[in-house]
Amino acid sequence: MSAISLSGVKKRYQKNNVVHGVDVEIEAGEFVVILGPSGCGKSTLLRMIAGLEDITEGEIAIGGKVVNKLEPRERGCAMVFQNYALYPHMSVRQNIGYALKVAGMPRAERDAKVLKVAKSVSLDPYLDRKPGELSGGQRQRVAMARAMVREPKVFLFDEPFSNLDAKLRVAMRAEVRNLHRSLGVTSVFVTHDQTEAMTLADRLIIMNAGVVEQVGKPSEVYHNPASLFVADFIGSPAMNLVRGFFGEDGYFRHGQGGMMHLPGLGQGLVSREVSLGVRPELVQRVAADAKGAMAAVVDYTEELGASRLIYATVDGSRLIAVDTSSDALGTGMPIHLSFAAVDAHVFDHNTGRRVDLGDANSAATRARINA
Amino acid sequence: MERRAFYRNGTLPWLLIGPQLLLVLVFFYWPTSQALYWAFTLEQPWGGGNTWVGWDNFAAIFRDSEYWTVVGRSTFYATVTTLLSMAVALTLAVFADRALKGTKLFQSVYVWPYAIAAPAAGVAFRFIFAPESGLIGAINQMWPGIWNPAINGWQALGMVIVCHAWLGIGYNFIFFLAALQMIPRSLSEAGAMDGARPFRRMMDLQLPLIAPTVFFLLIMNLISSFTDSFGLIDTMTEGGPFGSTEVMVYKIYFDGFKGFDYSGAAAQSIVLMLLVIALTIIQFTWVEKRVHYH
Repeated sequence: MSAISLSGVKKRYQKNNVVHGVDVEIEAGEFVVILGPSGCGKSTLLRMIAGLEDITEGEIAIGGKVVNKLEPRERGCAMVFQNYALYPHMSVRQNIGYALKVAGMPRAERDAKVLKVAKSVSLDPYLDRKPGELSGGQRQRVAMARAMVREPKVFLFDEPFSNLDAKLRVAMRAEVRNLHRSLGVTSVFVTHDQTEAMTLADRLIIMNAGVVEQVGKPSEVYHNPASLFVADFIGSPAMNLVRGFFGEDGYFRHGQGGMMHLPGLGQGLVSREVSLGVRPELVQRVAADAKGAMAAVVDYTEELGASRLIYATVDGSRLIAVDTSSDALGTGMPIHLSFAAVDAHVFDHNTGRRVDLGDANSAATRARINA
Repeated sequence: MERRAFYRNGTLPWLLIGPQLLLVLVFFYWPTSQALYWAFTLEQPWGGGNTWVGWDNFAAIFRDSEYWTVVGRSTFYATVTTLLSMAVALTLAVFADRALKGTKLFQSVYVWPYAIAAPAAGVAFRFIFAPESGLIGAINQMWPGIWNPAINGWQALGMVIVCHAWLGIGYNFIFFLAALQMIPRSLSEAGAMDGARPFRRMMDLQLPLIAPTVFFLLIMNLISSFTDSFGLIDTMTEGGPFGSTEVMVYKIYFDGFKGFDYSGAAAQSIVLMLLVIALTIIQFTWVEKRVHYH
């Protein structure tokens, strides 16, 4: 169990900047997920922690010791690779035991240890098989056993489930979670799958284009996205984002002459170009005469079973709402939508960052999160 | 279901395969049939046709202890040449594989020697190894007379072996590098995470995974060093000094065209041919059975 500390970590390939200075503290025993779209530098960051990539600039410390110049074997990390990277010519037993063999552990001791670890991931009946004779899930478990057998200070996972089918992925997720609970080893897990990230993480690091957009607990990231990117990236369906500005009269103007009355939101933001964000599940269908009701036209709906998504247009701006009623809703039908001002997030359109609303408003939002 | 193209015109297919067929007939089947004919016959002392002698020619060469010395020397020559060439090529390929930058350049630079004709390389190496003036000759200035392949048989053999191995390095390098690049990078990285240093990773992970290539090259190199050494030996040592660089192909040439013992030489070339056929069969059976990893 070791804390990992990244300060000013940068990666450059020739002239290509891939990671632009990452500062993150990962606590000992924590399960941290690095989430981001492909090409955002998340795998590169993980590989720099592992020692498989040089660190162009900055410092990485594991357990308080700077590891920039250390070889992978000296860093005490174990890694589970995306394609498992099992040794195809070795049996499961040899695969799991290879690190111990390299370390010079005597055969009897090694075999006992391999058997114990293999049992813990129910691989013991397959010890003499080659990786080519195993199913995807079994290969995945061999990769995990191989990492576990070394009793590392840090587990690194590089999109380990991306080759598995959806059902197996859920099962493996639970196994990784249990593994972490029982071993308590600091873990860094890289993925582009937000469900995986949200369910596994103690804390999330959200990356985009080589920059950390936000670090926080899954609920924090969901309810209080720090930037437009996070707001758009986390959550399915994605957060509604409406571009516009607040007028002198306090109304939010958007689309083709649209006006929204959002009490208390526009203070100090007059004329600034902003995007207003609100989660689809917080947008409600209301009666035409309800307070704050906005006239909308249904474009189409998507049935999800327990609920459905209404894609509607409000004065030229798209709004998605989650609806649990069973009313017949066809394209072109007029409906009314509304949402509470406290549920809205404001982002500066030019910087992409969240505008801190200060005062009572964000306090209300925080209260919501804690509830 | 097998799909085939049919030619309506009966002569067109023959015209198409004609040139290739002609080459094979003239340069392979005709000489081979001649060798077979000579191997089982003996020219009458005063000319006037050949007499059938059955296996006598073979019996004669197998009885000759000098022939077995040459076979032994050829085996030594082939083994050392093959191992030397493959070891150097593998080392270079491992380094080129690790430092991917410039790999393209290495690929072309290393393969050049393969394009050099053996006699040309032989002449070049004769200069390099010349005791009076060559690069190696410099050590004769420190220890006079220590290097002289014109007198010392082992030095002469070593010289030809080094030259032959050098010619094959490029070919071997290309195959090794291609095989190494087929291994997913993450395997080597997993090895590194497991604590194995580069040399250990090469022995435990890379070598077993390129085993089929190693075996293929082993056979190809053995065949080449049994059969392709003539050009080198003829330009560098002419089999000397005192026959110490005389290998099977050179003895065939020498006995046949210098000693005018066509029948003995023909029998020897049949033996060499059988040896190559045996190596080829081993190669094919291995290729059929070789292990595929996923």
